[in-house]
Amino acid sequence: MTVAVNPSQTGEPVFYLADEHPHPEGWSTSLGFWIYLMSDCLIFAILFATFGVLGGNYAAGPAPKDLFDLNLVAVNTSMLLLSSITYGFAMLTMQQNKIAQTQVWLAITGLFGLAFIGIELTEFAHMIHEGATPQRSAFLSAFFTLVGTHGLHVSCGLIWLVTLMVQVQKFGLIEANRRRLMCLSMFWHFLDVVWIGVFTFVYLLGVLR
Amino acid sequence: MSPDLLKLIFGRLGFESLPLHEPIVVGTFAVVALGGAALLGGLTYFRLWGYLWREWFTTVDHKRIGIMYMILGIVMLLRGFADALMMRGQQMLAFNGSEGYLNAHHYDQVFTAHGVIMIFFVAMPLVTGLMNYVVPLQIGARDVSFPFLNNFSFWMTVGGAVLVMASLFIGEFARTGWLAYPPLSNIGYSPDVGVDYYIWALQVAGVGTTLSGINLICTIVKLRCPGMTMMKMPVFTWTSLCTNVLIVASFPVLTVVLALLSLDRYVGTNFFTNDFGGSPMMYVNLIWIWGHPEVYILVLPAFGIFSEVTSTFSGKRLFGYTSMVYATVVITILSYLVWLHHFFTMGSGASVNSFFGITTMIISIPTGAKMFNWLFTMYRGRIRYELPMMWTIAFMLTFVIGGMTGVLLAVPPADFVLHNSLFLIAHFHNVIIGGVVFGAFAGITYWFPKAFGFKLDPFWGKMSFWFWVTGFYLAFMPLYVLGLMGVTRRLRVFDDPSLQIWFVIAAIGAGLVFLGILSMLVQFAVSFLRREQLKDVTGDPWDARTLEWATSSPPPDYNFAFTPVVHDNDAWWDMKRRGYQRPLTGFRPIHMPSSTGTGIILAGLATAMGFGLIWYIWWLAALSFIAMLAVGIGHTFNYHRDFDIPAEDVIRTEDARTKLLAGAK
Repeated sequence: MTVAVNPSQTGEPVFYLADEHPHPEGWSTSLGFWIYLMSDCLIFAILFATFGVLGGNYAAGPAPKDLFDLNLVAVNTSMLLLSSITYGFAMLTMQQNKIAQTQVWLAITGLFGLAFIGIELTEFAHMIHEGATPQRSAFLSAFFTLVGTHGLHVSCGLIWLVTLMVQVQKFGLIEANRRRLMCLSMFWHFLDVVWIGVFTFVYLLGVLR
Repeated sequence: MSPDLLKLIFGRLGFESLPLHEPIVVGTFAVVALGGAALLGGLTYFRLWGYLWREWFTTVDHKRIGIMYMILGIVMLLRGFADALMMRGQQMLAFNGSEGYLNAHHYDQVFTAHGVIMIFFVAMPLVTGLMNYVVPLQIGARDVSFPFLNNFSFWMTVGGAVLVMASLFIGEFARTGWLAYPPLSNIGYSPDVGVDYYIWALQVAGVGTTLSGINLICTIVKLRCPGMTMMKMPVFTWTSLCTNVLIVASFPVLTVVLALLSLDRYVGTNFFTNDFGGSPMMYVNLIWIWGHPEVYILVLPAFGIFSEVTSTFSGKRLFGYTSMVYATVVITILSYLVWLHHFFTMGSGASVNSFFGITTMIISIPTGAKMFNWLFTMYRGRIRYELPMMWTIAFMLTFVIGGMTGVLLAVPPADFVLHNSLFLIAHFHNVIIGGVVFGAFAGITYWFPKAFGFKLDPFWGKMSFWFWVTGFYLAFMPLYVLGLMGVTRRLRVFDDPSLQIWFVIAAIGAGLVFLGILSMLVQFAVSFLRREQLKDVTGDPWDARTLEWATSSPPPDYNFAFTPVVHDNDAWWDMKRRGYQRPLTGFRPIHMPSSTGTGIILAGLATAMGFGLIWYIWWLAALSFIAMLAVGIGHTFNYHRDFDIPAEDVIRTEDARTKLLAGAK
């Protein structure tokens, strides 16, 4: 907002805005959402730190080498990365005001996200079936909590995505909905970045350990 | 009914959960129930529910939310202080074979509840309330960035307080100390609901605190009026900014560490257990990574209040504004580098302990700089010893003592002797009461006329002041002595009769503080009755310097009819000096957020979910969670969240003020 703060022509100092325009709707939203994301990032940071400290405490139980199937994790990772790309396409079509295409890309994003969650749950079920439960060792407690928290975030993102699709359908690509799509976009890419960390530090380095 | 069905419906809640065997609790319950019934009956009789719901519970006005935070803080202060009196009484009596009047089960809950309530539900609401009320006014804004979120945050804090209060009468509270260290807080050693009450009360309130932190950062960054650059912000706004940065950067850590503890308790994971590779020290580290910044979250706004008060009542610009800001920022950063000093005795080795000992001592440098800034502000000023200034002087004397004992504790070898002793208890009460509580009182007396349009009665204020200050010294100086003699904290009975006299003195001090609190309540009542004599129509009763005094008292819903333009640090002082004329024409409609009941509904559901989780009433927890999702998502379908105050209403409000001001001259 540009306003004349300097003394007016008469030389009298200006102490208030006679001609005022309220801040546009959503003036603080991107900043607020960024700060929220950083606080969420801190949650993951602490979970990573916990995994870093406790991740080697197998308590005579299974170790990453015995548990992780890197091929499966690679497929899973690609699901999430692809969903980020398709979300990017959704944002591009949103810029061009194409409702139908935006919805299609959002739906594809959702399907990739769903696939990611599905594969993750399969992996969890398999591990639990083999006796590698969260209760088995501090390593497994930290593993399930870190990866599970990420999965929980993706699930929340999916609920949010569906909600936004309904709202876009109902009210169109209005300013408020664009802003919301932008926030979800930041959230979605943020989860992608966190997953890169999980993939590297938990899976890859775990298998090397 | 079959036991299985009962268990399905009520979880582990049963008649035996009611503490009917504890006469003290039953008596308290009777008093609270009668008082509560009288209050509810009164509200119904005078048909106030509709008014409360429309004007207060659902409001998104930062001023009203701020006032509600203050009320919550003061009500909870009474509860937290009752716990303090009980402890002082117990420790005074339990000598020469006497067991005192509190059994161990009850006493352990009392000291835990005291700490939790005083930090989370007294100090935090008081600080958040003041920031909520004052910051938007100081920066010339109409409200906070996210008004609905503000209402929601407040009710989440209330939800946490409700859970803590419920634990008094339904079940029990934690018996672990206020930070609930495992393995004691783990399911093996604390199988009952106490720790679960602790966890869910803090989780529910913590969501509110984090969101309100984000909200106030955005407010300060995005909604400052034209001309107010960062280095022209009032110091209170600066300290609020730093405090809220600390909140956002530390409360998630608390959220995680409590979530991990709940996983250990509910699911049987091994984060903080003694076996299967768990590490209790991990918990202690994590919780202090939140806990140390937390004390700065509390004290930084108090520093801001003292800065405003000192410069106003010395009639001078604050000395060393820039150094004040930098000192605040340096404290903000350093507060993350000292957490290990809470457990030097963990045995991390000399190098780690030295690092944290040195960083801790370094914090005293910016704090000392602040102290000198206040002193130099007063130097050659025309000091008016009104109540806020008296609290400030008491703070300066008291806090310096607390700070010096803190530096003493920062020396690891000394800490090995004093760790967990009453010396530590004396130290942190010295800084928290001397800093945060006195600061909150200075802030309340300073801004009360802004919020209500009349000053607080000075006589009862002074009574309260002298009772508090003398009571504080009598209550805590003996604890330094006892701590140096080796008495540890949280003890219930004593063998050595020579110690008793010190506990008697401390109990007398607590009694004086009790009179101080009573005087304060009397002060509120007397001030309300004498509100015509104490009235201030100018909006600027202290001849103050910052923007909140430029508008009327109480300010209109929209705060400022025209957004102010700022040229100086002391914006209002500058306006007064350069002959600012209040605009009388040209009013326009003002865009404002509308009230909503969603915040209180969501927080109510979150509280119900917490209650369900505490008592293993899974259907209640699940149902409340689903309802929360539904209400939350439903709320996002409402796109019309604001309205315009018509220009006629603005004209009417401003004309009324013009008449009042004319009458005052």
